[in-house]
Order: sequence, then C-alpha cells, then structure tokens
Amino acid sequence: MNDRPKVVSRFTQPMRGLLHRFAYFGLVAAAFGLMMLGKVDALLMDRLRVHVVDVVAPIMDALSRPAAAVHNVVVKSREVARLHEENVRLRAELDTLRQWETVARRFEVENESLKTLLQWAPPPEAKFVTARVIADTGGAFVHSMIVDAGERYGIRRGQAVMSGEGLAGRIAAVGGRSARLLLLTDLNSRLPIMVERTGTRAIAAGDNTSVLRLVYLSDGGEVAPGDRIVTSGHGGVFPPGLPVGVVISVADNGVLVRPFVDRARLEFVRVVEFGLSGILDMPPLPRKEQLGRRRAAAAPAPGSEGGGGQ
Amino acid sequence: MKPSLGQQLDTLARRLFPSAVTLFLVLLAAIPLHIPGFARVAPILALIGIYHWTLYRPDLMPARAVFLIGLLQDIVGGGPLGLYTTVFVIAYGITMSQARFFSGKGFVVLWAGFAAVALAATVLAWLIAAFMEGELFDVGAPLLQWILTVGIFPALSRLFLRWQPVLPTTV
Repeated sequence: MNDRPKVVSRFTQPMRGLLHRFAYFGLVAAAFGLMMLGKVDALLMDRLRVHVVDVVAPIMDALSRPAAAVHNVVVKSREVARLHEENVRLRAELDTLRQWETVARRFEVENESLKTLLQWAPPPEAKFVTARVIADTGGAFVHSMIVDAGERYGIRRGQAVMSGEGLAGRIAAVGGRSARLLLLTDLNSRLPIMVERTGTRAIAAGDNTSVLRLVYLSDGGEVAPGDRIVTSGHGGVFPPGLPVGVVISVADNGVLVRPFVDRARLEFVRVVEFGLSGILDMPPLPRKEQLGRRRAAAAPAPGSEGGGGQ
Repeated sequence: MKPSLGQQLDTLARRLFPSAVTLFLVLLAAIPLHIPGFARVAPILALIGIYHWTLYRPDLMPARAVFLIGLLQDIVGGGPLGLYTTVFVIAYGITMSQARFFSGKGFVVLWAGFAAVALAATVLAWLIAAFMEGELFDVGAPLLQWILTVGIFPALSRLFLRWQPVLPTTV
C-alpha cells in the first residue's frame, strides 16, 4: 500500500523530465523561429517591436533621468573648471566668426538677388520636434537609440535626427510615444554624401564602429583628411548639405569619416521633417539574398542602390 | 486553511520577483550613461539574473521566463529579433545542465562558471549576428562586453543573495 506513491513518482519523474526537456527544446525552436520570422518580415516585426517599446518607454524615461542629471553635473563642473580658458577661446572664435558674418551677409544678399533672377522655387520648410534619448541600446551588434517622441508628435519613419553638431541618424521605427533612431554608425545605415570641398559623391556606410566608411566613391574623386562630409541629398530622404563628419584617414582600404555627432553626448535631439518623401516610402527593398536572386533574373531597379534606406 | 487573496497576491509577487528583476535589468542596461564608447560594450545584465536564479532558485526562473527576458532584450536592443532570445535560452540550458555540479560550491566557482557561460553566450551571439547580418563583426566589442559582464557579476549576485529571503520557500 505504502509503496504506491513511490511507484507513481518513479513513473512520473522521468516523464516530467521528458516533458520539461520537450518544453525546453520547444522554446529553443521558437527562438530560432523568431529569428527566421524577423528575417522574412522585418517590417512587421519592427512594428510589433515598437509597440512593446511604447509600453516600457515611460519606465526607461524615468530610469534615464538620474543618469542624465549626473552627466549634466559632470559636464557643468568640467565647464566651470575651464571657464577662463574657454572664454579666451571663445573670444578668438568670435573674432573669426565676425569676419564670417560679414561674408555671410554679403552672400545672403547676393543669393537673394540671384534667386529672384532665376525664379527659384524654395524647398519646403523644415519642421522639427525635440526629443530626449531614453535608451542607448544595442550593444555590439546594433547602433540604435530610443527617443521619447513618437507618432503623436508627428514623427515618421525616415526623418532625419540631428543634434547641434550635425546629423545623428534617421528614424527607423515609430511607435505612439517612442521611436527608434538608427545611428549613422549602424551596420545597416547607408547615407548618400558628398565631400563639401570637391563635391565628390559617395555613400557613407556604418560598420558598427565609431567611424563611417566611404564606399562607392566615384573614380578619381578627390578626398583628403580634414575634408568636411555633408549629405548629398541623393535618394531624396535628406536635403543636401547637412553636416555629417570629417575625413580622418584616406588609405587604400578605404576612407574613414568621424561623425560630428558623438553618441555618448546625445541627450536631446531634433527630429526634422524636411518635407521630402524620398525613397523610404517605397516598398521595402528586398534583403540581400533575395536581391541577389532578383539581380540574376533582371537588372536592378534604378535607385535601389545607395538610398538612405537599409 | 485557504490563504486570503492578499496572501495569494503576496506569494505571487514573491514568485515573480526573480523574473521581474531580470526583466528590469534589461531596461537598466539600456540607460544612456553618456560615457564615450560605453554603449557598444554595455554589460548584458540580464544574463547575470538568469544565471544566478537558475542556480539558486530554478523553480522561480523557468525556461519560458528566460524566453521572455530574451525577447525583451531583443525588442529593446533593436538587433536581429530572436538573437538574445536564443542566446539566453541556450545559456539557461547550459547552466541548468551543470546545476548539480554547482550546488554547494563556493562563490568563486560560481563566478568562474558564470564567466564560462557568459563566454559561450557571447560567442553564440556573435555567431548568430554574423549569420543574420552576413557580416563578420569586430570581436573587440563583444569581448570587452563579456569582460564587463563578468566583472559586474559579483556585485549583482551578492545583491540578489541579500534579497533571497524575500522569495517564497520551496514547496
């Protein structure tokens, strides 16, 4: 009589273990399935993702505030310590800028008159929303951030994200009250740019390091260390002339550009609507392997390369 | 006697404590700290929670909770979906399979165990990311990330041990 539960447990224990193991491998399979699903329908997954981020955004907003406050104190105290030095530097800079101001004024007048001569149609005016960075995510494989403004504030996919220094990236996915910002340095970021001095065009590609690499640099294109890199406006996503970075090295294996925007210093960003629809509203480009197959079948669609998209 | 609703809720909250704290760690790891170069190598805090509770209280850290934690890590992180879900579930499996070895061992052994599990997780994450993006990533950042994660383990694990009395006793 007494050994009955024992018999049962002797039978159920391995069964339970088996069930557990089964459930465990089911989860592993589900995780793999998730990866496949993310590959097959990246857009749908992105949309689902932003809804979850929306839910946790208030928590992340609250969590990010103390860190931001500490950062501000550190920055402030550093500034106070260097007040004198900074003052001297700024005075010198002001002198240079005064001269530039004269030049700029002259150009402005000249520009106005030339515009009237040419009956030039001005581009749509830019509108912007200021947002706070509430999460700096991704780790080693992605360079993205989450900002605390979403659809409700008129933020849309593809809008430019700028800081005082220049272009930081673009909006990759939008939720109701949060949005994901894909930094220029992300592996999936491709930005049509030009060398400001020479007008040479290229694509600035992120590779998950802190610098950008210029690819598809036009043949014979002149570029030297110290050159400023700005957006070229190709692809119709960003207007031309947004500051991107500065060339730090030109070598056989590529041209490296250091972005003006320092990821660690980003706290408030401007999400800018330039009124350009661009190519991001087109159906998403096929992923690499599909593209390869399609290329084998037919010539690629014009503009499929070098867009501001992924 | 049937426990009152309040008691039941209390027990439920205590049972969910380990998974909830680990989910919270996912968000905590995403805080912008404004330290140059840090974001790329920010430690994977959630892995510490998963490892710790899988060894100390496996009953309160079931595989499905690990799955959800990984999912949140993927969603917040913005990387390939399923990457950390897979990595965490497999790291959990490795930890679980060695649980008997770790039981009753000292802290240093647990720490070394975590270093091994975290290394396996880092390598796996790198491999999956490389496979998904078709790109061989720089190994420096994940390696530094591993070192930081292992380095912060004692502090978090000690903290969790201090909270251990909050957890309901095993039935």
